[in-house]
Amino acid sequence: MTRLDVKKTYKLYIGGEFPRSESGRSYVVNDAKGRFMANAAQASRKDARDAVKAARAAFAGWSGKTAYNRGQVLYRIAEVLEGRRDQFEAELRASEGVTAARARTYVDAAVDRLVWYAGWADKIAQVTGNANPVAGPYFNHSAPEPTGVVAVVAPKGPLLGLVSVVAPVIVTGNTCVVIASEPHPLTAITLGEVMATSDLPGGVVNVLTGSVAEIAPWLASHLDVNGLDLTGVTDPALATDLEIAAADNLKRVRRPGVEELLDPPPLDRMTRFLETKTVWHPLGI
Amino acid sequence: MKFEYAPAPESRAIVDIKPSYGLFVNGEFVDGHGKSFKTISPSTEEVLAEIAEADEADVDAAVKAARRAYARVWSKMSGAERGKYLFRIARIIQERSREFAVLESIDNGKPIKESRDVDVPLVAAHFFYYAGWADKLSYAGLGSDPQPLGVAGQVIPWNFPLLMLAWKIAPALACGNTVVLKPAETTPLTALLFAEVCQQADLPPGVVNIVTGAGETGRALVSHPDVDKVAFTGSTEVGRAIAKAVAGTEKKVTLELGGKAANIVFDDAPVDQAVEGIVNGIFFNQGHVCCAGSRLLVQESVAEEVLDRLKRRMKTLRVGDPLDKNTDIGAINSGEQLAKIRALSEIAESEGAERWSPPCELPSNGFWFAPTIFTGVSQAHRIAREEVFGPVLSVLTFRTPKEAVEKANNTPFGLSAGVWTDKGSRILWMASQLRAGVVWSNTFNRFDPASPFGGYKESGYGREGGRHGLEGYVR
Repeated sequence: MTRLDVKKTYKLYIGGEFPRSESGRSYVVNDAKGRFMANAAQASRKDARDAVKAARAAFAGWSGKTAYNRGQVLYRIAEVLEGRRDQFEAELRASEGVTAARARTYVDAAVDRLVWYAGWADKIAQVTGNANPVAGPYFNHSAPEPTGVVAVVAPKGPLLGLVSVVAPVIVTGNTCVVIASEPHPLTAITLGEVMATSDLPGGVVNVLTGSVAEIAPWLASHLDVNGLDLTGVTDPALATDLEIAAADNLKRVRRPGVEELLDPPPLDRMTRFLETKTVWHPLGI
Repeated sequence: MKFEYAPAPESRAIVDIKPSYGLFVNGEFVDGHGKSFKTISPSTEEVLAEIAEADEADVDAAVKAARRAYARVWSKMSGAERGKYLFRIARIIQERSREFAVLESIDNGKPIKESRDVDVPLVAAHFFYYAGWADKLSYAGLGSDPQPLGVAGQVIPWNFPLLMLAWKIAPALACGNTVVLKPAETTPLTALLFAEVCQQADLPPGVVNIVTGAGETGRALVSHPDVDKVAFTGSTEVGRAIAKAVAGTEKKVTLELGGKAANIVFDDAPVDQAVEGIVNGIFFNQGHVCCAGSRLLVQESVAEEVLDRLKRRMKTLRVGDPLDKNTDIGAINSGEQLAKIRALSEIAESEGAERWSPPCELPSNGFWFAPTIFTGVSQAHRIAREEVFGPVLSVLTFRTPKEAVEKANNTPFGLSAGVWTDKGSRILWMASQLRAGVVWSNTFNRFDPASPFGGYKESGYGREGGRHGLEGYVR
């Protein structure tokens, strides 16, 4: 007698927990061959707002950690992901229909990217900060600080895509709400399980699944969101609308652009969501 | 016994204000096709000159001139040569500094001691600073071979007309861009004098273009399809409109917008220095400063003492003729701005705040507002939330450092903040907690070309000044 699979219920990842959508909605996710894989939670406006609230609540603690500590947490995510490579390879193969070799390439790249960003935690301030030689008797220096809560629309590529947009945002101390790739949301939730077991405080990363066109406008117009990464928005009209909505509280916006995920990522994935703070003090005895 | 000051006016003879000015396009002054407008001296309401207004076609011609200069000359020139032009400009500004200072004070209303000792020296320093970057961009940490963006459309405010011009033009040119700049409609004269400096420096035609006008001209410039970069300093409201206008385009944007800075005085602060810092924080440039320390947060235990000394100090402030070398506070820049300051002050009174100004005689002509403080202000009062952009200080108190941080950050703005305390660890802790782009500790309103300036939150994005200031002008 064959054993019946125990299938996973895919929910959202908000504030370190895995709730269903408050709307009670879900949508069908098929595999690459068009067969039913699972029902994913279809997040609502309320879920988006709950996620922002969780991200805001986590901001003070996460941005207040030492850079060394944040680096270790990111490295820990890489470690846990490394241990679950087989699971992610299987998910990628099923959902995207890629070859085993291709799936392995992406999983390995995701792990390596997390390691890469983990190392950035305590270096980005040294690379983007400055001692400023002002023309007067003053100590003056500039250093980066996280922008706050960043809403992210993840690109295709359910694992590497998500890691590539989330890691640079959080490594500098931001917290985020990320909308997973609409056609391939399941891997994002599995990655949420990795993050939930990697010493990452709840609320630092919040993952929503569902319709980008439905959820993203609420995040773009939310006044407690400070930044917006539109990487995964493929419809130019929607991207423009979201940028317009983001202008109401002058969110820092990263526009969509062509980017090969396997290439080394540009530095502005981090710097776009950093503020520069300059501190002055007189010199004297 | 009372000692009076004898008048010590700076001579206006050094400036030669023409009856009318055109636009500066492609290295020449040309007529504008909009309705012309008058620029007046805010201290006397005397008409200074008739200024051309650039309409859409004029803006288009200026952008075309900038594009041509970019493609044919400026983007092909070596960084070292570009830098030499900027060094030249810095030197000419130094040579003509008195002329610039007097003209700025006449057109803007700011005291000559500020235009002479702050604005113009900083302008020259800014060009000198960015001149040196022009051939060192590959060392700036912005990639191995940073490229210019193209044509920059720049819109600047009336509070520091020439200084804001320098903040915009110097880094743009250093990075290899050409510019079309629109000065504010109430203060166009120093920008037009700067056009003469460009001619004296033999700057290639079209590298700098100056279009005068008001909001419509600005809108035409920032929404022009052939502008690659928009840089704006001004109100948050206009900043928002610009952010919307450029949505969906490839334009790179930097916005330096409003502020409502907290100036925080702890009980261990050196009181006399703090009082000087409070005065400088809010009354410098009539309070027409986006980073003005317009909310005084004073620790409860020393509030009375600080307020007494502040009032005593305010009684010695001299309000009057901007060209008098003894003047501390000049004219409000326009009748419109004066009406806004008055309206917000009246609202403050009607909401229950207590108003105080030192006895002070204001001239009968021109636009004037006595230095004013409001006590009994709560966080909810509009005077504590909205940018007044005038010589008006709201006073609030706090008990603990945490409360100070909470109150200081309780604003949609985040441009600057001040901290006064003798305790070093507290300064650094406060500096780390304040959500503001510039934190002045035991000082206020210091500026330097090497020091990045710009805001958090709704005070805008991008930095001007320092190495960071290059980032907005390269790709």
